[in-house]
Amino acid sequence: MSNSSTKYLQEVANSEYEYGFVSEIESERAPAGINEDIVRFISSKKDEPQWLLDWRLKALKQWESLNEKEAYPRWAHLKYPKIDYQSICYYAAPKQRPALNSLDEVDPEIINTFNRLGIPIEEQKRLSGIAVDVVMDSVSVTTTFKKELAQHGVIFCSFSDAVKEHPELVRKYLGSVVPYTDNFFATLNSAVFSDGSFCYIPPGVRCPMELSTYFRINEAGTGQFERTLIIADEGSHVSYLEGCTAPSRDENQLHAAVVEIIAHKNAEVKYSTIQNWYPGNAEGVGGIYNFVTKRGICLEDHAKISWTQLETGAAITWKYPSVILKGDYSIGEFYSVAFTKGHQQADTGTKMIHMGKGTRSTIISKGISGGFSQNSYRGLVKIQPRADNARNFSQCDSMLLGDRCGAHTFPYLEINNSSAKVEHEATTSKVGEDQIFYCQQRGLSEQDAIKLIVNGFCREILAQLPMEFAVEAQKLLAIELESSVG
Amino acid sequence: MLRIENLHVSIEEEGTRILRGVNLEVNAGEVHAIMGPNGSGKSTLAAVLAGKAGYDITDGTVEYFGKDLLEMNPDERARDGLFLAFQYPVELPGVSMSNFLRQAVNRVREYRGQDELSAVDFLKLMKERAALINLDPSLIKRSVNEGFSGGEKKRNEIFQLAMLEPRLAILDETDSGLDIDAMRTVSDGVNKLRSEERAFIIITHYQRLLEYVIPDFVHVLVDGVIVRSGDKSLALELEAQGYDWLKKELAESAS
Repeated sequence: MSNSSTKYLQEVANSEYEYGFVSEIESERAPAGINEDIVRFISSKKDEPQWLLDWRLKALKQWESLNEKEAYPRWAHLKYPKIDYQSICYYAAPKQRPALNSLDEVDPEIINTFNRLGIPIEEQKRLSGIAVDVVMDSVSVTTTFKKELAQHGVIFCSFSDAVKEHPELVRKYLGSVVPYTDNFFATLNSAVFSDGSFCYIPPGVRCPMELSTYFRINEAGTGQFERTLIIADEGSHVSYLEGCTAPSRDENQLHAAVVEIIAHKNAEVKYSTIQNWYPGNAEGVGGIYNFVTKRGICLEDHAKISWTQLETGAAITWKYPSVILKGDYSIGEFYSVAFTKGHQQADTGTKMIHMGKGTRSTIISKGISGGFSQNSYRGLVKIQPRADNARNFSQCDSMLLGDRCGAHTFPYLEINNSSAKVEHEATTSKVGEDQIFYCQQRGLSEQDAIKLIVNGFCREILAQLPMEFAVEAQKLLAIELESSVG
Repeated sequence: MLRIENLHVSIEEEGTRILRGVNLEVNAGEVHAIMGPNGSGKSTLAAVLAGKAGYDITDGTVEYFGKDLLEMNPDERARDGLFLAFQYPVELPGVSMSNFLRQAVNRVREYRGQDELSAVDFLKLMKERAALINLDPSLIKRSVNEGFSGGEKKRNEIFQLAMLEPRLAILDETDSGLDIDAMRTVSDGVNKLRSEERAFIIITHYQRLLEYVIPDFVHVLVDGVIVRSGDKSLALELEAQGYDWLKKELAESAS
């Protein structure tokens, strides 16, 4: 590396977080700590039915019985101090009138917040044709296009509303993909989750627009524990987008979400994430701990679930969006770009569990690491005995920006059926001095050269994102790469 | 346009001396061939002129249109019309030719005070220049050099030269690894791009290319020094007698 490009890459590693502001919004919050009273408090705030409270309490009991030391995901390539779960506030909500009939009733400061984030909740951008659910701290503040979607029979609302309006659906599917006993963080979420998005696509319906949820942590000292449940009934089709940001703070804030996707026969769900939580400052102080459990199940034949993620934020990212391929000939896909800089750590990948015959999965992961960051791909491909002629293709590429960061690949294969075909390819490269020089020799600045090379490296993943998001994603990558001092 | 005086260059850190006092003057419209045996410093000269990192300039000056070339960044030199056709063009996976070249062309235009090209005009220019040098149009739809054959990569360099319209083009062993047909195509392209305003420095090991692109001057570089300059007949003489002949002659005159 030439001196100047090393310097530039250091600047990249120190670049500033654009979404670090705090909004002055009056909020209501529970006292810090977790116990039965808090769980009951959250449940009563939401006016929940008894069965849901019971479910939460079972989860709490399970969580309390877990020995943190043993139950923790210790295999992850991550380092962080012990989290004091009793110092976290598990419920914070923007104070507002209980029912909102239109966007005009939303606290203007909230609208302002999301406008600053470039999120289309104001009227003119509603024309862009994306239905948005906005979750601030723990509570869903607005869902757009509800009526229009209802005409097609599509239910898209906050999780709390779904509990009230569609309890039979929530009760049937909640915890069916990620049971409350699943893992330490999923169990914690099951006890204290406060809101999230709910989506149901009826049989044969092709959802007429992109559905989108934006998550924003605003309050200090809180955690965010949202739950998303997506059900695609027989022959339906939906594309779902998720975005996340948070203010810059010295403390580490915990985000422990759960996403469950159920795809019935011939249904197709495409789930895209642009994760840009506050990553901490250049010295590694502060930032979001992003411990998320995401899993989908192709319940019946010919179902398809596709995960696409662009992970650029969070001090620590720990997540493995997975697909259980239960139905015969079902398809699972995972496309990921994880970009770490500064002192960020990411341990992310997927699990593809092949149970049905002729099931297929594709995994393409691109890791880019700069600064002092550590970036790991961890993935499991499991072929069960019944899964005749299952196929998997995995490709994991890592790119290093500088020489003090790390890139790691941990592929696990468990194959219990001899007819399976499993391929794995992995590469690690440095942004070549030769590549940068080549671009410069054609007139591009060093910065533009690095952006171009990194964008090229991620192109096949970015191409998987819905159009509007692909543009946003490219911009985000460019901002992330942009140096703070020009 | 270019005046190299007493240029001394070593490899950074190792300190190996590669160029030991090169002098060369190039004017608009001229084609200079630099020949020499392997390891004589030909490619180093090209790399130093383009501003590649990893070299120590221990002595000498390079003046480019009155400016100190060695003080300019590589991208600034490129925008100011200095083009290097690489001996080993690198691949840029996932970076489309059109995206790459559009940025390049617009950076150069910006430097010259011209407006950016519209998408339509840019596409037109690409098609026109691809046809000029007989580049397979399907190549411009691919990622830069990715999966290109050796010959395609070299032709792509000449295509980029045609796109960027430099004032000084340096061709670093563009002929190496080309079969006779590819060589003809590449030289046809170069000949079409010759003009009153544009100068070429053609670095080559063999005389072959110079049968197609007739140089105005031929210089022979041995051990980091230009030991002889002449017209195109010098290239033929070298072809007939080999570099050993020159080396031997030099040794004799030294003793």
